[in-house]
Amino acid sequence: MKKLSLFALLLLVIRRDLLLAMRRRADVLTTLVFFVMVVSLFPLGVGPEPDMLRKMAPGVVWVAALLASMLSLTRLFAADHADGTLEQMLLAPQSLSVLVLGKMIAHWMVSGLPLVLMSPVLGLQFDMSAQGLGILMIGLLLGTPVLSMLGAVGAALTLGLRGGGVLVSLLVLPLCIPVLIFGAGAVEAVNSGLSAGANLALMGAIAVLALVFTPWVAAQALRISME
Amino acid sequence: MAINWFKYSAPATFYGLAGKLIPWFAGASVLFFAAGMYYGFLVAPTDAVQGEAYRIMFIHVPASILSMFIYLIMAGYAALGLIFKTRLSSMMASALAPTGALFAFISLWTGALWGKPMWGAWWVWDARLTSELILLFLYLGFIALHASIDDPRRADRAAALLAIVGSVNVPIIYFSVQWWNTLHQGSTIKFSGTSMHVAMQHALLLMLLACWCYAIAVALARVRSIILERERATQWVGELAEVRS
Repeated sequence: MKKLSLFALLLLVIRRDLLLAMRRRADVLTTLVFFVMVVSLFPLGVGPEPDMLRKMAPGVVWVAALLASMLSLTRLFAADHADGTLEQMLLAPQSLSVLVLGKMIAHWMVSGLPLVLMSPVLGLQFDMSAQGLGILMIGLLLGTPVLSMLGAVGAALTLGLRGGGVLVSLLVLPLCIPVLIFGAGAVEAVNSGLSAGANLALMGAIAVLALVFTPWVAAQALRISME
Repeated sequence: MAINWFKYSAPATFYGLAGKLIPWFAGASVLFFAAGMYYGFLVAPTDAVQGEAYRIMFIHVPASILSMFIYLIMAGYAALGLIFKTRLSSMMASALAPTGALFAFISLWTGALWGKPMWGAWWVWDARLTSELILLFLYLGFIALHASIDDPRRADRAAALLAIVGSVNVPIIYFSVQWWNTLHQGSTIKFSGTSMHVAMQHALLLMLLACWCYAIAVALARVRSIILERERATQWVGELAEVRS
C-alpha cells in the first residue's frame, strides 16, 4: 500500500466528506435556510425600526450562525458511525487527529462557509453599513471554523447517545461564547468608530488555539465513545 | 516505614474513611455556620453605603468562591481519572459536580436578591454575573453528559474530557466577558474589599469555612453512594453491615 502523506490524507477526507454532502444536498440547504429564517424572524419579533435593527444586526446574525452550526453537528460523525467507517478510521495507521481535522474542515465548508457568503445579504436586510458588512464577513470567516471545531468535540463526546442533538448544544454553546462576543464586538466597534482589529485579532487567536487543540481532543473523544 | 499512599485510592478503603470523616465535616460546618450567622447578623456593623442589605454578602461571596474552586477541583479529579484510570477520582468528580452547580445557583440567586435593593435590578449584564451564569451552564453540561451515558466508565471519561476542555475555556470566557462588558457600558458597580470592617471579615471567613466543610461533607456522602452503586456487585459491599441489614 502506498503510504499517504498527512496532507494527502487530509485532502482525501475533505474530498470524501464534501462528496457525501453533495449527494445529500437537502442537508446542506436545511442549515442555510434555518440561518436565513432565524435572522428574518427577529425583525418580526422586535419591530421594524431601522435604528434598532442596525444596532442588533451583528448579534442577531452571530446568534443565528451559532444555532445553525449546532443543527448539523449531530450528522458530523453519525453516518460514519452507523456504517462502520468510523471504526475503520480509528483502526487506520494514520493519525486520527488529522482525519478528524479533515472532517472538521469539510463540515465547515458545508455548513459554515454558506453562512459566511449569505451574511451580507442578511446584513442588508438590517440596513448595515458596507464597512460593517465587511467586518461581519471577516469575523464569520474566522469564527465559524471555531464553531465547527468546538462542535466536533461535542459531537464526538455525544456520539450515539439518545437525545444527542440537544445535548451537543448544551455542551458546545457555552464554550462558543467568546466567539460570539468577539464576532459581534468587531462589528460594533466599527459602527462606533473604533478599530475592529483587537476583536478580530482575538478571534484569530481563538481560531489558532482551536486548530491546534480541538482535532486532538475530538480524536480522544471519539476513542472514548467508540471503545 | 513505608507508607502506602495509595491505600485510600481504592473505593473499598475510602468508603470507610469517608464515612468516618463526614460527621466531623458536617459538625464543623454547622458550628462555623452558627458562628458566621452570629457574627454576620449581630456583630458586624451596618454598612455605611449599603445599609443592612449588604449582609447577603456573607452567603453570596462564599458561594461564588466555592462554585469556581469546585469546578477546578472537579476538573482536576476528572483529569486524574482520565489519565491514571483511577476509579475513585472519576467518582469524586461526579460527586462534586452537583455541589458546584448548587453553589453557582446560590451565588446567582443571592446576587439577584442583593442586586435588587443595590442596583435596582434583579439582573444586570455585569461581567461577573455573566461568567457565573456560564459556569452554571458548564456544570449542567457536565452533569447532563454524565447522566446520558449508560456505561459509567465511558461516562466518566467523556465527562472528564468535557471538564478539561471547559477548564481551559474558563479563563478565555472570563476575560472575553470582561472585555465585552467594559467595551460597552464601563464598570457598573465595584467595591474594594480592603476597607472592610474586621467583624465583617471574620463573618465572611467563618461562612467561607462553613461552606467548605459543607461542600466536603456533602461530596463525601455523595461519593459513598456512588461507590455503593458502582461496586454493588463486589464482595466487600455485600459484607457491609448497612448493606446486609
